[in-house]
Amino acid sequence: MIEFKLPSLGADMDKGKLLEWRVKPGDPVKRGDIVAVVDTSKVAVDVEIWNDGTVYQLIAQPGVTIPVGTVIATLLAPGETVEAAEAERRSRPSPPAEAVAAEAAPVAAAAAPAVAAGERRRVSPVARRRAAELGVDAETVAGTGPHGSVTLEDVERAAAAAKAAPAVPADVQAEKQAEMRRAIAAAMSRSKREIPHYYLSELVPLQAATDWLAAENAKRSLTERLLMASLFLKAVALACVKYPDMNGLYREGRFEPGASVHVGVAVSLRQGGLIAPAIHEAAKKTLTQLMRDLTDLVKRTRAGSLRSSEMSDPTITVTNLGDQGVDAVFGVIYPPQVALVGFGRVEERPCVIEGGLRIIPAVTASLAADHRVSDGHRGALFLAEIRRLMQQPETL
Amino acid sequence: MTDDEIRAIVFQTLKTIAPELEESDLQPDRLLRDQVDLDSMDWLNFLVALHQRLKVEIPEADYRKLTTLNTVVAYLASKGV
Repeated sequence: MIEFKLPSLGADMDKGKLLEWRVKPGDPVKRGDIVAVVDTSKVAVDVEIWNDGTVYQLIAQPGVTIPVGTVIATLLAPGETVEAAEAERRSRPSPPAEAVAAEAAPVAAAAAPAVAAGERRRVSPVARRRAAELGVDAETVAGTGPHGSVTLEDVERAAAAAKAAPAVPADVQAEKQAEMRRAIAAAMSRSKREIPHYYLSELVPLQAATDWLAAENAKRSLTERLLMASLFLKAVALACVKYPDMNGLYREGRFEPGASVHVGVAVSLRQGGLIAPAIHEAAKKTLTQLMRDLTDLVKRTRAGSLRSSEMSDPTITVTNLGDQGVDAVFGVIYPPQVALVGFGRVEERPCVIEGGLRIIPAVTASLAADHRVSDGHRGALFLAEIRRLMQQPETL
Repeated sequence: MTDDEIRAIVFQTLKTIAPELEESDLQPDRLLRDQVDLDSMDWLNFLVALHQRLKVEIPEADYRKLTTLNTVVAYLASKGV
């Protein structure tokens, strides 16, 4: 029998609220299938399963808040029989369900008074997304769909009603904000406490990249156009391949280099707060593919429909605060990662080139990295590699 | 399409990108990016949405003409939408 535990969806998550199951006992599942939706303090996440098998028991109840690492479901491994699974379950000292139940009641009761504690509340995915956009707590909306499920119309009606009487949802929104702020604070405090950061910066000339991008975008339709950010992501990913000590996770006293480069992209939420989900295998993707992924990721982050692997997988993070107008950004590493690359504003600056003064577009790239894993010398080489790659945009 | 109709569509489109925006907050002759929190991804999404809604091509070289609500409306009007 395979135990499926609630995964950590980032360093700032120690518990999550199960919103709904997307599978039922008896369903066959494959690795990567979405089996549940879990609300972190930041966003609702589609949780993927990590094994092939058949769903046996759903242990956690929707509406319940659960600590990370709790067994929330069990699966039969391929070829395993129910009898074998039952025998294995009986031989275990303590049934995992009790741990879940202990955490259960208050949250469910407070959130959805119309539904008995622990009872499953059905909210269609489209309604949930719309609710996230409108700032409505889908769990508190009265459902008029089949079996009392919450439909898109219910959410929109609730949002309209909320506008007429803003007091309660403002509180919900403020509490959600406060919770997200606490989660970010906890992760960043941990980072500053545990990670001996060092910081470097490098001015990266962008004349070649700007010219190449203008020529390339002139050939492309509006929907296929590239942003400079996609070049930055690719350059960072390729530099990670060459300098693997910037790419990976530091856990239990040792560094595990990433097998692939999954670049976390810091996405600010309009209502405040920040999420940095991953673009998988960034070093292997074309700029067109990276740009599509980036557009999609930003859209889904803001709509609240991320996948668990995107939340838990990043091996390095890139932040691009230059759009908001700063010269440079010196970031706080997102644990257990070991490096963060920041890009400031792309701007025309005076540069000395071959003995002459020229005005060219340039950006300040910065690196925050972990001294437990690398030294400033390696960091400098890594930034120099990013600078070098940005001079050859056609090779990205 | 009249300028007022174009203006209404531009504003609606902008509001899908920045839902917190109120029409009364927006001064039509001030720089949009000074008044609305738009990063380059938001800006691209805004133009893509206008392109899809109004079936108008907007070359990147024309971005610099699109600075305020008024100039965006005038640009779209000049494209015959």
